[in-house]
Amino acid sequence: MQTVLQHPLFTPILVTLVIVAVFPLLAGYIVLVERKVLADFQVRLGPMRVGPHGLLQPIADALKLLLKEDIIPADADRSIFWLAPVISTFTALTAFSVIPFSKTIYVADVNVGILVISAMSAVGILGIILGGWASNSHYPLLGALRSAAQLVSYEVALAFALLSGLMVAGTLSLQGIVQAQMQRGIWFVFSNYGFMIVPFVVYMIAATAETNRAPFDLPEAESELVAGFHTEYSGFRWALYFLAEYANIFVVASVAVTLFWGGWLRPFPSVKWLALLDYLVPLLVFAGSGAASLVLVKRLKDPLQQKVLVGAALLLVVAGLVYVIPAVNAAAIGPFWFLFKVSLVIYLMIWFRGTFPRFRYDQLMDIGWKWMIPIGMGAIVVNAALGMLPPR
Amino acid sequence: MPTSYAETYFPVLLQAVIAMAVAAGMLGASYLLGKRVRNRVKDMPYECGIEPTGSARERFSVKFYLVGMLFILFDIEAIFLYPWAVVYRELKMFAFLEMLVFIVLILSGFFYIWKKGALDWGETGERRFRKP
Repeated sequence: MQTVLQHPLFTPILVTLVIVAVFPLLAGYIVLVERKVLADFQVRLGPMRVGPHGLLQPIADALKLLLKEDIIPADADRSIFWLAPVISTFTALTAFSVIPFSKTIYVADVNVGILVISAMSAVGILGIILGGWASNSHYPLLGALRSAAQLVSYEVALAFALLSGLMVAGTLSLQGIVQAQMQRGIWFVFSNYGFMIVPFVVYMIAATAETNRAPFDLPEAESELVAGFHTEYSGFRWALYFLAEYANIFVVASVAVTLFWGGWLRPFPSVKWLALLDYLVPLLVFAGSGAASLVLVKRLKDPLQQKVLVGAALLLVVAGLVYVIPAVNAAAIGPFWFLFKVSLVIYLMIWFRGTFPRFRYDQLMDIGWKWMIPIGMGAIVVNAALGMLPPR
Repeated sequence: MPTSYAETYFPVLLQAVIAMAVAAGMLGASYLLGKRVRNRVKDMPYECGIEPTGSARERFSVKFYLVGMLFILFDIEAIFLYPWAVVYRELKMFAFLEMLVFIVLILSGFFYIWKKGALDWGETGERRFRKP
């Protein structure tokens, strides 16, 4: 047993299996959160039927999609039609392999981690183009073309924004980037006299476009293209595209957190007495939200739903209390901070969707080429000049 | 701690294989579980309820090819900048000035294609207003 635990591949395999097993469920719950948050923005309730406050909705959705009929249009290229969603999903999930969840929890710490993620997102475009082409139908083809042009345009802006971050970090390894932030005691978004906020904003805009999210969801503009490249996809094939989209959202949010917001570090990582935050914040987040949902129990009519909600709330309270145990805290605080920050970034992207109207296609390309790329290049030059200044 | 190149990348390969297997497996499961009732109308490509007209494999705007080429140019430039970005602190002023020259050259090319209208989609600015 001991030899198994100490094998160098033990942690990578465990983390891989956890990612591949948990992420599809997590994606379902991100969708639920998104629907709930959007509903809240629009003063409605969102999903409420399946489970208390719609808590079991993702599971019901997954089962429904699994049991759907498997339709391939008569004119489609059958093999490519099969392959395309698999390419999208596998590239999105493979990008997870270089993300550092904490000091010890990661699949691989390769010295060109950022490039692995860029490469995976570039190959992921293939899944979209092939899917649109293989459908052999008008709307998917138009959607795929738009999507490809949009993705490659914003890929350049994304690369420039990342470059600014990398110049401060001085390494391409994602684990190394977090270590550098720990050594210098500053999250990179605040370094270079606060100028790094510019590349961060460019990154967020480009990342929103890269993941086909509103207000840049032109490839899926339902008012003109039905559903864009996946119009002909239904059932679980469509679910795979969906999974890939949410996996990509998670990956870009993780890169933003790792490169700009300190990865798995707590706020002010160099100030010793703030280590107190390691205990306080998880307790407040978990136990607080658990206690808040206990208040809501009385409002539910159905006794079964009441029981489910009490169970979920107690689970949250217990999770909060477990974080107070020092040994558990030391092991689990890295993933907590990482996932906490990633959730905030994902919330920001949902907020974008609830706030901004969709752009027209020429406006989208203008923002990409005439604003983001020049600003990104300018940011590199300014960052380089600031880096040449003598250290403070 | 993994030392060799292959050892570092093996977990990435592993994750790629597992991810692909899971994606294919889920498709397979749904293929087996779902029922199938096929007919001609259901297998038609979607076209908002009317009979599809013409082939879907049409020619498309040259703009998309242009964007593809520009992407390759600028992405390669970004790739050139990556190694410099990592070590520019050690290389000090020399590398900074060299890269400044490189970026200025690229920027001049960028503004050239901008002025040539390669980045314009749809009618913009003056041309739109001049129309009767």
